Amino acid sequence: MKVLLAGIAGSLARQVALQLRDNGHEVIGIDRRPWRDAPKGITVHAVDIRKRAAEDVFRKARPECVVHMATINALTAGGEERARINVGGTRALFEHAKNHGVKHFIFVGRHTYYGAGPDSALYHTEDEPPQGMGMFPELADLIAADLFAANALWREPKLVTSILRLVYTLGPSQQGTLASFLRGKRVPMVLGYDPLFQYLDETDAARGVALSVDQRPRGIFNVAGPHPVPLSTIIGQTSRTAVPLPEMLLRQLLGRFGFPNLPRGALEHIKYPIVVDGKAFREATGFVHKVDEVEVLRNYRLLTGG
Amino acid sequence: MARDDSIHDLVNRLELPFNALGVDPYGISKRHLVTFFGVLGWFYRNYFRVHAQGLEHVPPRGRAMLVGNHSGGYALDGALVIASMLLEMNPPRLAQGMVERFINMLPIGSLWSSRTGQFTGLPEHAERLLFDDRLLMVFPEGAKGTSKLHKDRYSLVDFGTGFVRLALKTKTPIVPLGFVGTGDAVPTIYNSAFIGKLIGVPYVPFTPYGIAAPLPVPCQVHYGAPMIFEGTGDEDDSVIKGYVDEVKARIAQLIVDARAARRMRLGGGTS
Repeated sequence: MKVLLAGIAGSLARQVALQLRDNGHEVIGIDRRPWRDAPKGITVHAVDIRKRAAEDVFRKARPECVVHMATINALTAGGEERARINVGGTRALFEHAKNHGVKHFIFVGRHTYYGAGPDSALYHTEDEPPQGMGMFPELADLIAADLFAANALWREPKLVTSILRLVYTLGPSQQGTLASFLRGKRVPMVLGYDPLFQYLDETDAARGVALSVDQRPRGIFNVAGPHPVPLSTIIGQTSRTAVPLPEMLLRQLLGRFGFPNLPRGALEHIKYPIVVDGKAFREATGFVHKVDEVEVLRNYRLLTGG
Repeated sequence: MARDDSIHDLVNRLELPFNALGVDPYGISKRHLVTFFGVLGWFYRNYFRVHAQGLEHVPPRGRAMLVGNHSGGYALDGALVIASMLLEMNPPRLAQGMVERFINMLPIGSLWSSRTGQFTGLPEHAERLLFDDRLLMVFPEGAKGTSKLHKDRYSLVDFGTGFVRLALKTKTPIVPLGFVGTGDAVPTIYNSAFIGKLIGVPYVPFTPYGIAAPLPVPCQVHYGAPMIFEGTGDEDDSVIKGYVDEVKARIAQLIVDARAARRMRLGGGTS
């Protein structure tokens, strides 16, 4: 099957592309960032998803399935431009999909949209609204993109739409929110808080997305694997040192002295857990993770020289 | 009897699905449980000298809901019920309370409640834990129960009704319990909402001797026979209210029994 992968140069998307190719699909990628050593059998078009050239790729290639991994998740990325890409880009991809005979659309989002807070429940299910923007307004564009994609479920009845909300990923690319957070030898924590973090090995996450291409599950799905573990355990098991700081101090330090310049809402994500229930996705696709929570951390420790 | 086992062994005998790191799917950590019960167990055995009766009524496995009364300033009784389930049950069980929201907003409080399985009292949490065959602990009086003054320590205030709907929906037996003693351990004469607001809690209790540090008062807890109601959880409020009143009446009787037993134990002294 012809699969168009938007945002193919992203670290997780590259792994999805390889898995799709190995599963016998023809992969066509678009991304404004280059993938210089893209392997054989994967065509990459250096176009912006919002530009006319992107539509031309649809017109010529006539993909049957679109995998949208072109949202920008980095919190340090600029606000307005990011919002235009995330919301405008998602809209453009749906337009092209509708106009050029696409049968299946997969939106790859994140579990963080559910939001973290003192009174949010462990194990969010797909019937809960994403509430991330309350404490964390910087997530608004991503949540808008997710909800816009989800309403294609009734807006475009002929198109099978899968909304995937992926937990954090860890793996060889060392990219992603959790990997960025673990970049240094010392990792800040909020004193007196130790939230659960839920993650998947990168290859498992990529396999989950690739599996959706074959299984075509219709609806919204949390994609999760092993059980979550406390942040302090992740830090310890990857041979880093936790540095618990009082919240007031940590707020002042953000963006200074080498601390990441994160929006304040991001602190909620290291105070309270975001844990999702991945049961619906497992049932719809038969997805089973291969790397457990302990192994993911051990691999990451070895990888990062811990 | 389980009382002689070390805390470490008791935690190891908990029938919870801990992973290789000693953490269960909800983030309950063996290491934290050992520390938590190390402290709590000492208070249970030596400081409050808790006597538990009717433990045979608590199912050794499978979902169940412990439903009891509050007295004495803060949820000390809840902590001691949790201790009794670990120290006196065979196999030991972890009772999981439904905690007031503010606990999770406080540093340290958030960490320790999360690691010991004492989660914010959300319907989602309660339901999920019961479907997972856990032992849930509910005090339907809520914060109104802990804010009882000393003179009202044996009375019951209004019960919430959510716990009965949940028990019906999840087909969970309700084990009623009557707890006495904590009302004397923390003899509240006044609750200050103002000071509470300053430090981020609903109220701060005061005693005749000032701060609400608990006195070493013997406590008594009586567990009653499980109550099983038939239904779906979607009944009219009036029906639910009837079940709630049944549970409340049983708890009131258990309080009377526990008071009598405690009086006997203390040699006919005041109770």
